[in-house]
Amino acid sequence: MDKEAGKKAVVEFLTKKSKSKSKFYLKDFYEVIPEEKPRDVKNLVNEMVKEGTLEYWSSGSTTMIGLKGTGKQASAEDEA
Amino acid sequence: MAKHATPLLDQLESGPWPSWVSDIKQEAETRAKNVKGIDYQIPVDVCDDLLGLMELTYVEKRTHWKHGGIVGVFGYGGGVIGRYCDQPQQFPGIAHFHTVRVSQPSGKYYTSAYLKQLCDLWELRGSGLTNMHGSTGDIVFIGTTTPQLEEIFFELTHNLNQDLGGSGSNLRTPSDCIGTSRCEYACYDTQSLCHALTLDYQDELHRPAFPYKFKFKFDGCPNCCVASIARSDMSFIGTWRDDIRIDQKAVQAYIGGELKPNAGAHAGRDWGKFDIVKEVLSLCPTQCMKMDGGKLVIDDRECTRCMHCINVMPRALRIGQDTGVSILVGAKAPILDGAQMGSLLVPFVKVEEPYDEIKEVIENVWDWWMEEGKNRERLGELIKRQGFQKLLEVTNIEAMPQHVQEPRSNPYIFWREDEVPGGFERDITEFRKHHQR
Ligand code: HEM
Ligand code: HEM
Ligand code: SF4
Ligand code: SF4
Repeated sequence: MDKEAGKKAVVEFLTKKSKSKSKFYLKDFYEVIPEEKPRDVKNLVNEMVKEGTLEYWSSGSTTMIGLKGTGKQASAEDEA
Repeated sequence: MAKHATPLLDQLESGPWPSWVSDIKQEAETRAKNVKGIDYQIPVDVCDDLLGLMELTYVEKRTHWKHGGIVGVFGYGGGVIGRYCDQPQQFPGIAHFHTVRVSQPSGKYYTSAYLKQLCDLWELRGSGLTNMHGSTGDIVFIGTTTPQLEEIFFELTHNLNQDLGGSGSNLRTPSDCIGTSRCEYACYDTQSLCHALTLDYQDELHRPAFPYKFKFKFDGCPNCCVASIARSDMSFIGTWRDDIRIDQKAVQAYIGGELKPNAGAHAGRDWGKFDIVKEVLSLCPTQCMKMDGGKLVIDDRECTRCMHCINVMPRALRIGQDTGVSILVGAKAPILDGAQMGSLLVPFVKVEEPYDEIKEVIENVWDWWMEEGKNRERLGELIKRQGFQKLLEVTNIEAMPQHVQEPRSNPYIFWREDEVPGGFERDITEFRKHHQR
């Protein structure tokens, strides 16, 4: 699969899920593009963060990834 | 006068040990006085509010920290741990209280000028509270606000020549002992290997790559000063293949009392005359040492390189000369399934630039874990779930006696179907001719 199609699949997956869930483990993305190797999916997802399509969320010990701007945002973290 | 009354915290200061409560109070006071006239970039009363909140936590026995967040510096998936207090009106100074992990220098060598720079930066843009160093090895800056993060990162990378460390599902900041730079027990140059792998794996360090955290630690010898065997998913422990070098004259000097055992480390008390049999030979875990007509003899084939005898008599015994590293995998803290120490994967490999042999092991392990590891599953847990034998298979390492912890419990010797003539299928009628039900 080429890169652009991969990115599209990732965005579609996240948009579809966005009502119920906004953050996913890296591994959840492997299933979105099952024909790609984990390492390549990792690189693609990290590239999408760099481009500003996706963003990281971290508990400190674990990292999750979601569409930028969905779910709780940093600016609102200090609200209840 | 303290901002919040903290009777429960105050009580903690009454013990004989150094108190973190006193430390935080000291910082609170320093900030309030501000004799240096610092233009504090985060609330001046951050430390007061931290104390106030902790007092509340002790009173109510209930935490007031929220978990995690979308903070970080641009392009990095680790290094910053977002923390928010859930009582920001009552404790505005710690509404944001993010942790910044900063890569520590190899072997933790600092100049005092550099330490001052770190402290100046953190007084200006953070709470002033640090942890030098975290279990991971990093310099841990405790407590700042979101707008300060990029500023801190800029300052660190442009003026302090330092990078953020790892957090989250990343490779964590690799850490090492002082190794050959000062220690005569070092079997390889820990700092060189640690530095090289840190540079090679920048991507894994800064961008989440794995099901969970992954730590490398480098110990120059089995004394394990950075506790790699207990605290890292992949631990590199220096060792040697040939024999312990014995200086018989020096052995006699220990026996005669001219040389102090353990380099005098236990000299604070009179333990009586040094007894080589009691203090060395009989404590050798493999019982491979003996005195033979006044000469010390070691059966090096049986020696497990525990370091005990060398630590007691460093002037008489020295590590061998054919040195390298053992690689162990799977140590972890007890979040799931209990704590685990590392298991030996590679008994010996020479440590030679550009470290290709070592990197091959690392990358094979990572590929397996990235593919098969469940979310939040440490390497050690995957090894338990799929078996050490599977790990041997994915790393193309043959099972060998050193992999066996004790006879019969884990031999790691299995046949695959294609190695067995006729495979695993059998003709049941033919079988029944010879074997009754
Ligand atoms: C704001 C509340 C806090 C929370 C929720 C929190 C949580 C955490 C987490 C998730 C980690 C990283 C674990 C990992 O590496 O996977 C950590 C590390 C650590 N935290 Fe906190 N922390 C908080 C505040 C503090 C404070 C106030 C202190 C000390 C005054 C502190 C001291 C440490 C230390 C020493 C470590 C270990 C660092 C290391 O070993 O690398 N933390 N904490
Ligand atoms: C009687 C009280 C305490 C005892 C018995 C104790 C004991 C220990 C022990 C056994 C360790 C593990 C050392 C290792 O990794 O080998 C440790 C680590 C640590 N303790 Fe304590 N501790 C005490 C109080 C405190 C307090 C009051 C603080 C700070 C507020 C503190 C902060 C830490 C930190 C930050 C570490 C991690 C060091 C590292 O990152 O390697 N401890 N403590
Ligand atoms: S681990 Fe061994 S080589 Fe490294 S500092 Fe400690 S004693 Fe020296
Ligand atoms: S290093 Fe340990 S196992 Fe080896 S001879 Fe010395 S005491 Fe025995």
